[in-house]
Amino acid sequence: MTVRNLKFAEALSEGMIQGMEADPNVIMMGNSISYNSGALGTTCEANRRFSHRVFETPSMENAITGIAIGAAAMGKRPIVYHARADFLFLAMDQMINLAAKWKYMFSGNAGTVPIVVRAVIGKGWGQGATHSQSLHSIFAHFPGINVVLPNSPADAKGLMMTALTLDSPTVMFEHRTVYNNVGPVEEQPYFTPIGKANVVKSGKDITIVATSYMVSEALIAVEALQKEGVDAELIDLRTIRPLDEATILASLEKTGRLLVIDISWELCGVSSEIAGLAAEKGFHLLKAPVRRMSIANCPQPVSHPLESAFYPKPSNIVLNVLNMLGKTSSDNLDIDKQDNFKGPY
Amino acid sequence: MLQDAVNQAVTSQKVLEKSNITANIAKELLKNMIWIRSCEESLVKLYHEQQMRTPCHFATGQEAIATGVCQALSKGDVVYSHHRCHNHFLAAGGGFFELAAELHGRVDGCSKGKGGSVHLTARDKGFIATSAILGEAIAVAAGSAFAFKIDKLPYVAVPFFGDASCEEGSFYETLNFASMNKIPALFICENNLYSTESHINIRSAPGATIYGRAQSVGMAGEMIDGNNVFEVYNTVQKALKYIREGNGPYFLECSTYRWREHVGPNFDFDVPNRTHRTREEQEYWINERCPIKHAKNVLIDNGTVTAAEIENWETEMAIEIAATIKRAQASAWPSTSVLMEDIY
Repeated sequence: MTVRNLKFAEALSEGMIQGMEADPNVIMMGNSISYNSGALGTTCEANRRFSHRVFETPSMENAITGIAIGAAAMGKRPIVYHARADFLFLAMDQMINLAAKWKYMFSGNAGTVPIVVRAVIGKGWGQGATHSQSLHSIFAHFPGINVVLPNSPADAKGLMMTALTLDSPTVMFEHRTVYNNVGPVEEQPYFTPIGKANVVKSGKDITIVATSYMVSEALIAVEALQKEGVDAELIDLRTIRPLDEATILASLEKTGRLLVIDISWELCGVSSEIAGLAAEKGFHLLKAPVRRMSIANCPQPVSHPLESAFYPKPSNIVLNVLNMLGKTSSDNLDIDKQDNFKGPY
Repeated sequence: MLQDAVNQAVTSQKVLEKSNITANIAKELLKNMIWIRSCEESLVKLYHEQQMRTPCHFATGQEAIATGVCQALSKGDVVYSHHRCHNHFLAAGGGFFELAAELHGRVDGCSKGKGGSVHLTARDKGFIATSAILGEAIAVAAGSAFAFKIDKLPYVAVPFFGDASCEEGSFYETLNFASMNKIPALFICENNLYSTESHINIRSAPGATIYGRAQSVGMAGEMIDGNNVFEVYNTVQKALKYIREGNGPYFLECSTYRWREHVGPNFDFDVPNRTHRTREEQEYWINERCPIKHAKNVLIDNGTVTAAEIENWETEMAIEIAATIKRAQASAWPSTSVLMEDIY
């Protein structure tokens, strides 16, 4: 077994390439995927190795999703790329009304439509209100679709490889920030289960459940908390539909305290869902009220100080956890990362 | 108005004379239209019984398009349709028993009772799926055609859709993609003039054609009389040849008329001033422009078939349909244990 340190984009690309090697029906479609600077570098290798299976498309988020569905109905496994998740609103009809329901509406008699939709979520450098939203909670609302949010390079590869073997459609949300991540990735093909959360760090004092890049932010907080004598458990949700209730409840059984940190708004969001799970199935385990953290309850602003105030940071997480445990910080908490993103997207 | 019908009959005779439609095919076309009409109208009659608890968009009056197109297709070709899909399902070879059972919500339905009137499938006949949201299936069919192109297969994908679907964004996106990639798709627009009960004149500029929109993205397209089954069959054969030779997609705007209300079994003129549609307009299409009446006249006049022969078919069909409905109504309900099946 060979393990290398790979960047997120390299790992994701490797997952797609190994999926293309294994199955000649895997194809790629989307805007800006046929040149090297496109798709954040994730399609360079596919262009080099399988250029006849990479299809650049016009701007057509709605129809391209339907086209992917129709190709999938004939046996293809299309990967559709969206440079910004906000454009998925235009693809939603095909994804929700058709792809997610295809198997059920025809009781399997019309076959299956295993499409994989990738969507990048922006953040920073003034991306603003319509280029930095995540739609993961919205998609997860609907039965029949898988929703995954890898944070580590290893999960980017493993979740993609699994998605390329399923019968059902999958949407993968790739936060722009996770593209900074570097981590160990096995060279051989492997398949990370969809619907299984990952305990990133085990602990006994409090459970922190996080999504996407909030896992990395929370990990910084967890390390700072360790110095404060707090032993926090950190769970990377990785998949939100299907939701791994067992891992969350098992952790809650150990810690009795829960903080949920999501990359999108609290109302009707993933953080509400996890809080609901704790209230419904873990109430007897709770020693204190559940808390949620997320982006501010307003659209994403552009101006730098406003943007900076909009996103939760590791220092906020530490203070929140200490507060939940009735403690105060002994440190000045100079742990927040500088946003070194230089744009434009 | 009577003159229209006479002109139409003369045109049909010319189409038949110039084409390679054999007597057998001509008879088949007529017989299939009568079969589809008989099935659909039998369902119309059952509708008030409240046993079919699924909104049905009946397509009586539009049989020539489904029949003419499907008759011209070959094995391996695939068909997609929309909410008004019974005609296409039957024309493609879907069984009336599977249709009737589906509408009755029974396990023997083509979608085992989970789909209803607007979610039909008969994959083994090449009838892949239908969708109830306008414009969706146009893109999906193009996707299947794209897959055929990638795999260098000789098949053609055919979406049926109405004039209102051509107002959707996915229509334009799909046409552009299809034309640009020269995919083997035959786009069949059934222009029945109405979107629910809104006339096309209040939905588009005067003189704007639908096939013209296809031409604007570089696609071959034309308008034909969708109530003339011989013209439909003949044009589709020509279009399929063009597509299979690798020239790209083809767009046919077929003019037609839906007799009954948008959804449900009634005629709009049953209740005065219920919609924009007038009794005069509907009676014209029913009496003067009926695709079946027209094909009957042409084939009886030229000696291809006799009135007695047609009556014979109709009697046999009525017996088969009655027995099939009985069998469908006797089919079992799905067990509630399947509620959570086939989600993933």
